[in-house]
Amino acid sequence: MAHRTLELPPAEAVGTRSLTGSEAVAHAIRQIDPDVMAVYPITPQTPIIEMVARFVADGRATTQIINAESEHSAMSAAVGAALAGARSMTATSSQGLALMIEVVYIAASMRAPIVMAVANRALSGPINIHCDHSDSMLARDSGAVQIFAENAQEAYDFMVMAPRLAEHPDVLLPVMICQDGFTISHSAEPVSLLADDAVRSFVGEYRVPYPLLDVGRPTTHGPFAMPDYYFELKRRQGDAMDALAHVWCDVAGDFAGVSGRPYGLHEAYRLDDADRAIVVLGSTAGTVKDVVDELRCSGERVGLLKITGFRPFPERSIAAGLSGVRSVAVLDRALSPGGPAPLLAMMAAALYGMPVALRSYVYGLGGRDLGLDHIRRVFTELKVARGRSAVRYLGLRD
Amino acid sequence: MPSLKTMARRERRQSRFQGGHSLCRGCGVPIAVRAVLNSIETPVVVVNATGCLEVATTRYPATAWNVPWLHVAFENAAAAASGVETAYRALRRRGALPVDGPMTFVVFAGDGGTYDIGLQALSGALERGHRLLYVCYDNEAYMNTGIQRSSATPFGASTSTSPAGLESFGKLERRKDITAIVVAHHIPYVAQASISHWQDLSDKVARATSMDGPAFINVLTTCQLGWGHEPRLAIRIARLAVETCFWPLYEVVHGRYRLTEGPLRKLPIEAWLRPQARFSHLFAPENRRWLAEIQPQVDREWEDLLARCALDASASDAAREPPP
Ligand SMILES: Cc1ncc(C[n+]2csc(CCOP(=O)(O)OP(=O)(O)O)c2C)c(N)n1
Ligand code: SF4
Ligand SMILES: [Mg+2]
Repeated sequence: MAHRTLELPPAEAVGTRSLTGSEAVAHAIRQIDPDVMAVYPITPQTPIIEMVARFVADGRATTQIINAESEHSAMSAAVGAALAGARSMTATSSQGLALMIEVVYIAASMRAPIVMAVANRALSGPINIHCDHSDSMLARDSGAVQIFAENAQEAYDFMVMAPRLAEHPDVLLPVMICQDGFTISHSAEPVSLLADDAVRSFVGEYRVPYPLLDVGRPTTHGPFAMPDYYFELKRRQGDAMDALAHVWCDVAGDFAGVSGRPYGLHEAYRLDDADRAIVVLGSTAGTVKDVVDELRCSGERVGLLKITGFRPFPERSIAAGLSGVRSVAVLDRALSPGGPAPLLAMMAAALYGMPVALRSYVYGLGGRDLGLDHIRRVFTELKVARGRSAVRYLGLRD
Repeated sequence: MPSLKTMARRERRQSRFQGGHSLCRGCGVPIAVRAVLNSIETPVVVVNATGCLEVATTRYPATAWNVPWLHVAFENAAAAASGVETAYRALRRRGALPVDGPMTFVVFAGDGGTYDIGLQALSGALERGHRLLYVCYDNEAYMNTGIQRSSATPFGASTSTSPAGLESFGKLERRKDITAIVVAHHIPYVAQASISHWQDLSDKVARATSMDGPAFINVLTTCQLGWGHEPRLAIRIARLAVETCFWPLYEVVHGRYRLTEGPLRKLPIEAWLRPQARFSHLFAPENRRWLAEIQPQVDREWEDLLARCALDASASDAAREPPP
């Protein structure tokens, strides 16, 4: 096999350049320069850790990399490092996240602010390397924050915001920055990077309230809790997730100040006077925007609600954003066999009691393409949508 | 090497592991923990795998630990400790430790968390060379969950998942040689010790923590509940394991095996088996032939170990001799 060499742009170059989502995230990691990064390779996340390894090998980052022998151990090492008092990160996809999942739950319960770069990929089986959101959905109830990027720029921006989200004293939770595998992780697009020192001062110093390594003030982390305390501890964990909504406003506000790019936990795209809307996560939002623009040209009142914060799910603002809409199509890139698809279930809860027709579509499993035509069809079907209907599949052969 | 006096003085100065926990009376585990912690001069940070020790010492909101202590899960103590140790190096390098200075990272994990479910994480941490002391407290079964067999459970022992019955004489398989597996990682220090020989254990901890790399000590710790003996006999039974050569005391320093304390007189294996209820079925007439298999197994392992130690001793003698 031929050796690939990564062409690295010089450190001082800032401004807009052509980067894949993985490269953009690797640059964010170099600029943040976390103390510890514990990793294990898996497609399509691997380019991130390879590039970070190159940055470290070339002296452009000082991060201690732990090349763990599995994702389970990578996440466990990240928990140990984060609680010890060191800024810690990991990166993964699909089976890697599945193998980590036990520890993702524990990390959240131990309030370990680990930043996790995720390139979404379908879960086995059959084994597949392409994008869907089944891996993220597996982590849905783990207590980790999940932020979905639409493109490489957002993947970079959210990665820069991630340490402050994770480490805020009211939050202290793992934060997953999710980008669609291949569609974002391996596709080059123009990305605007901040200056290294701008990122450094934006993220600031890492602080946890009770670092394990404070031997002068010994603390017990990860004790055994019985029915007399477990419930309260879990509830506090839920409160921390809820607190993220306010923290997001502050962090995203500051980020807009340095980057000029404001972000909400959701994005309303041409929704103001829309009577039909699509709700979706990730890169598909970009495709939907194109169709919305096209249909708007011919006078159709259509719009998009893109979910950026999947956990916490900005339920109330989503409901407010869709208050004038007559029919909504929810596009899920994962299945929940035996029940409603994951995003649909949450949208049904968010829109409960509102006079809106709700349509469920599942698309793109295992990397199946979704074209403009599929989205046009969804908007057409929304014209006659009433109440609820059975799930429909986009791009599926009969 | 720490004397009993030094250890007692250290415990008075800072009682690192305190009473009030809910380990069973006569349990061997806290004996191992105190001996290990009191043999270390620097501040220590403990990482614990799920098991009796973890569950019985940290029932929220109480804790028996007066040193920094971390538990994440059952199978990942070595991995979590890798993260802690790496964080220490990263923070020390940039002068950001809360308290600067040397520290010793100690992992405590049971045989289940070491030989079985945690073997991969252990192997990874050893191969990566993290500077930590991994102490397996080997009580020869999954005790916390009700005495199920592990790959450390000896041949013939009755456990709740390898029960002796009309058609079975207990565990049908022999224990895994975990120290040999660990030695194969080329780490600087590996040893086997027992709670009955505290000075030997303490010396081993001191040597282990002086090494520049990972160290592993497998400590035989009795479990009165799982082994079925009177609580007051814990130390005597651990001693019998050594005196019958079922559990030899040795160390492997940079790959060289050395017996650290041989028995004055090798006792027959039955002396160790008989006081333990988990082996009582072996003494029934119909199981005698299984019992008879055990002595040759022990003899063979003991002779192999002696041969290995002799070989390594002559190799290091030869290395010391000037070339002709
Ligand atoms: C992944 C996982 N599987 C199973 C368990 C249940 N479990 C907890 S402790 C334990 C046995 C521990 O045995 P060992 O490591 O020998 O420690 P001991 O209980 O003997 O102290 C088991 C099976 C668990 N906590 N996590
Ligand atoms: S069950 Fe055994 S190992 Fe566990 S606390 Fe009791 S005596 Fe100790
Ligand atoms: Mg055990």
